[in-house]
Amino acid sequence: MSIELRTVSKRFGEVVAVNNVSFTVQEGELLALLGPSGGGKTTVLRMIAGLELPTHGDIFVRGERVNDISVQKRNIGFVFQNYALFKNMNVFKNIAFGLKIKKWKKREIKSRVAELLELLGLEGLEKRFPHQLSGGQRQRVAIARALAPKPSVLLLDEPFGAVDAKIRQELREWLVRLHSDLNVTTLFVTHDQEEAMEVSNRIVIFSRGNLEQIGTPREVYEEPSNEFVARFIGVMNVLDVQVHKGVARVDELEFPVPDRPEGQQLRIGFRPFAVQVSPDPTQYRYPGIIRHTFFLGIMMRVEVELPSGLILRARMTKEEYVQLGLHEGQKVSILIRSYRILRGESEPLSPEIMAADKGPGAYGAGI
Amino acid sequence: MQTDTQIFRRARGPKSPRGTEESPFVKWILISVALAFVVLFLLLPLINVFWQAFDRGLKVYYESLADPDTLSAIKLTLLIAGITVPLNLVFGLAAAWAIAKFNFKGKPVLITLIDLPFAISPVVAGLMFVVLFGRQGFFGEWLDAREIRIIFAVPGMVLATVFITFPFVARELIPVMQATGTEQEQAALTLGAGGWQTFWYVTLPSVRWGLLYGVILCNARAMGEFGAVSVVSGHITGQTDTMPLRVEKLYQSASAASMTAAFSVASLLAFLALLTLIIKTFLEWRTQREYEAAQRAQPEPTLIAPSLQPTSHR
Repeated sequence: MSIELRTVSKRFGEVVAVNNVSFTVQEGELLALLGPSGGGKTTVLRMIAGLELPTHGDIFVRGERVNDISVQKRNIGFVFQNYALFKNMNVFKNIAFGLKIKKWKKREIKSRVAELLELLGLEGLEKRFPHQLSGGQRQRVAIARALAPKPSVLLLDEPFGAVDAKIRQELREWLVRLHSDLNVTTLFVTHDQEEAMEVSNRIVIFSRGNLEQIGTPREVYEEPSNEFVARFIGVMNVLDVQVHKGVARVDELEFPVPDRPEGQQLRIGFRPFAVQVSPDPTQYRYPGIIRHTFFLGIMMRVEVELPSGLILRARMTKEEYVQLGLHEGQKVSILIRSYRILRGESEPLSPEIMAADKGPGAYGAGI
Repeated sequence: MQTDTQIFRRARGPKSPRGTEESPFVKWILISVALAFVVLFLLLPLINVFWQAFDRGLKVYYESLADPDTLSAIKLTLLIAGITVPLNLVFGLAAAWAIAKFNFKGKPVLITLIDLPFAISPVVAGLMFVVLFGRQGFFGEWLDAREIRIIFAVPGMVLATVFITFPFVARELIPVMQATGTEQEQAALTLGAGGWQTFWYVTLPSVRWGLLYGVILCNARAMGEFGAVSVVSGHITGQTDTMPLRVEKLYQSASAASMTAAFSVASLLAFLALLTLIIKTFLEWRTQREYEAAQRAQPEPTLIAPSLQPTSHR
């Protein structure tokens, strides 16, 4: 195992930035630290680097406790959000800096820098100064500089934050390729769940200093450990309901919730994928009208308004949408195939409940 | 009503196309006033200094500078500047570093205190040291018992000059350091650099022009300071006279020869000042570029075209 955090906390005065966080990172993993801003993810990254010291707990890198080891001796590559290139040095000197400090021989420095320039596609830019580079080039120089002394771990703080959307997509793919080429344990911080899902092997989700969940992108999407994760990862329909005779209700919607006390206030959540839309207004129990459709590449998001005014989001492939012959303003009926009871931000979630639709023409041809 | 409209039209008339611009008449008046003021109060006196100095020929000029008491004044001025500037270089760097890179309680107080020497009259500054270290002063008895002389001696003059010139280096460095931030230093640390290496390779190069600018200003003031130094010097000819004090003394003695000598020393001071001004202008231009580069190195939402180079940007 490459990195381990054991019950790590960090306070800044009264503010608890990181609260009792433990997790391990395997050798060669590409791990995302994900969460809204102020969640504590950057602080975790900086503590691993040694730029911040934990108030409590221990950090291990390759089995060695590093709490008392200075930043300089941790041998960790760190890429800052704004790259922090040395502006008075050209690209070559920036990349060579760590090697010069470590007293490498001139010839070795030259060949190592040349190797990195090639690896990162920066050939011919050696003599340029940071202000003469584009945003993407600066980032690659920053990564090359961090990689030069062959660090045991590469840490990136919001690596895609400062570049525009199109470049960001390219950088994501590029980072994945770079990681599989080098196979160096890599942690990166992001607030963009899509980015984390796409790039990483595993995701650590933070919220207000707490570790909410750690798992593969699929695990955190399909089996969120609590309401925060469920709502933060992907889109979710969330409804406040009240229990009456074992059924939770809001407007015309009813969700069977056995074993729940009468009158209890609950929150129900379900993914847009769980909403089945039929062009036949009587096929499923709940009738509605398609208010808006959003084209998302190969996926479609459809907003269905129920007679009570409730709006539910459904998601389907473009093929389904075309096959069903759906369009805006059309009268449809819907089925909610499965749902969860949400119980406050950090309460553990119970398993999904599969719905049995009892409406007219129930159990229609689902796709 | 008709006439009103006409006047209104003429006032913002076709001769000044932009609404915010003054009429050419006002513009020329302002320029002439400013120019006349500069010529009358700055340029003419300066020319006069050199005129008076060289009026009786180069030989007299050299002789008046070669006078042993004058030479001693020049040496003392260089000595005081030579001690003051390095001291304030270190103080200024430390203060600017503390203010730009750390957050601590009492930071606004420190920033205000750095400006204190600018706000206080130099004479008052000199008196402060007399009150502290003079014979009747706070530490007077203690110093007297150990035969340490501060007031009416070189140490007091250095102290007064250090006090007066304290803000220059710090004032120049704070904005440059604040614009640069601490991330470059942190990056150096993660790459294994120690504190000194970081300072030497990263911090110092990024502020070098601002630092030099501060040093130049500090040096100019250290050489030219009169008020504070005058109070603590005791005016001992050949011992505690600096160039500005020497100028005054020569001028006051009112003989024709000493008058020329006064202007000779004054011309030397004026020459140093002009030199400072030229270097200052050059450095100002450099620091401006550095400041802009530091700003550009900050996060940017979009890509920067390679054509956006500093040469096209002044």
